[in-house]
Amino acid sequence: MAGFDKVVASYEEAMAGLEDNMTVIAGGFGLCGIAENLIAEIKRKGTKGLTVVSNNCGVDNFGLGILLPERQIKKIVASYVGENAEFERQMMAGELEVELTPQGTLAEKMRAGGAGIPAFFTATGYGTPVAEGKEEREFDGRMYIMEESIKGDFAIVKAWKADRYGNLVFRKTARNFNPMAATAGKVTVVEVEEIVEPGELSPDDIHTPGIYVDRLIQGSFEKRIEQRTVRSSEQ
Amino acid sequence: MALSREQIAMRVAQELQDGYYVNLGIGIPTLVANYVPDGMEVMLQSENGLLGMGQFPTEDELDADMINAGKQTVTAITGASIFDSAESFAMIRGGHVDLTVLGAFEVDVNGNIASYMIPGKLIKGMGGAMDLVAGADNIIVTMTHASKHGDSKLLPACTLPLTGKGCIKKVLTDLAFIEIKDSKFHLLERAPGVYVEEIVKLTAGELVVPEHVPEMSF
Repeated sequence: MAGFDKVVASYEEAMAGLEDNMTVIAGGFGLCGIAENLIAEIKRKGTKGLTVVSNNCGVDNFGLGILLPERQIKKIVASYVGENAEFERQMMAGELEVELTPQGTLAEKMRAGGAGIPAFFTATGYGTPVAEGKEEREFDGRMYIMEESIKGDFAIVKAWKADRYGNLVFRKTARNFNPMAATAGKVTVVEVEEIVEPGELSPDDIHTPGIYVDRLIQGSFEKRIEQRTVRSSEQ
Repeated sequence: MALSREQIAMRVAQELQDGYYVNLGIGIPTLVANYVPDGMEVMLQSENGLLGMGQFPTEDELDADMINAGKQTVTAITGASIFDSAESFAMIRGGHVDLTVLGAFEVDVNGNIASYMIPGKLIKGMGGAMDLVAGADNIIVTMTHASKHGDSKLLPACTLPLTGKGCIKKVLTDLAFIEIKDSKFHLLERAPGVYVEEIVKLTAGELVVPEHVPEMSF
C-alpha cells in the first residue's frame, strides 16, 4: 500500500489480524447491504468467541447466520433477530448471548462510538427492560436513559463504489448501518462492487470519507433477497 | 360488526393530512397506505433509511438494494430520499415524523404500550418500535380490542414488558376509537353496529363513555 491507497489484494489480507474474542461491527439491514464476502472470510478463518454488533444476524445459510453453526459468535448486539433456526436454538439453549438494542439506539451507539462520544441520553427505552441498570436523568421534564457508545476491533462494511482512497458511495437502502459501522471500527474493512481511481467520484457525492477506511477490496455479490415482493406490471 | 383489518386501516387513513410524513408499522398499519384520500400527498418513512416509499416493484424493477423495514423489496416515489440509519432515527427520535401507526399486544390507561416481547416465547426484538413510540408525538396504535379468548388488550396496567412508557394517546381497535388521557380510556367512536356495552365489557381499564358515542363513518 502506498499513501492513501487502501486496496488490498485478497480477502485473507482484508481480514488479517482478526482474532478470537474480538468485537466486530457489521453494516447491513436484514440481508441488504451486508459484507457477504467478508463474513465468508471470517467463517473460513474460523475465528471464535466474537461479539458481533449488527442490526440483524442473517438467515440460516447466508450473511452472519453462516457464523453460527461453528459457534463463532459468542454474543450479538442487535435490534431484531430470530430469522433463522440455528440462532433460535443457540439462544434458547443459552449458548449465544443476545443483547437486544432498539434500532435507533444501535445506530446512534455506532455513530457516537466513531465520533468520540462515550455515551448519550435518549428517551428510547425509558421505563422498559432496555433501561435496566442504566442511568436515568430528567431533561426539560422528560426522562431519558444513558446509553454507552460502541467501538469495534473490526468493522465490516459493504458499499457500492469506492475510489482507491476509500471514499465510499452507497447504493439505495443498502446504505443503512454501513456509514456508522465504517466510523466505529479500529480496523474498518470495506468491500465494494467497483473500485475507481481517485477523482472519478465527485467530492460532493462521497457518503463516507476515506479517513474512516483502512482496507478496501472489490468483490462479487450474491445480494440475496429476504422478502421478494413484486406487483404485476399491469397494476 | 367488528371492523375488518382493511376497515381499521381506512379509519386510520382518515387521520392523515396533506403533507404528512408517516411511519407505518408492519401488519395492519401497512394497509393504511392503500387508503390515502384522493388528492392528498403523504410520504411514507421506512426506518431502514427511505423517505418516500412507493409500491412493490415489478419484476423488471426488482432491486436487492431497495427494501423497506419489513425487508420487502419496494420502490421509491418521485421526491424520495435515502439516508443512513442514524439519520433515519434522528428524524424519528427528533419528532419530525407527523404520524406513526403501529400495532401492539397491550395498551394501558397510562399510555404504556407492550408490543415486542412475550416472555417464554421466542424473543425477536423490538426493531425500531421503541424509538418510534419514544420519538413521536402523534401515534395511533391499531390492534384488536380483545384476544381470541375475549381477554381485553386495553388494561389498567400492561402485563407484558413495555415498549414505551406513557407515550400512547390514541388507539383504534376493531370495535372502537379510543383516546387516552388523565389515566383513563375515553370512548370517542364505535365501529358501525357495535354496542357501547360490548366495548365496555371488553375494556379492562377504566373507560369514560360520553352520553353520545358516534358511529364511525367510512
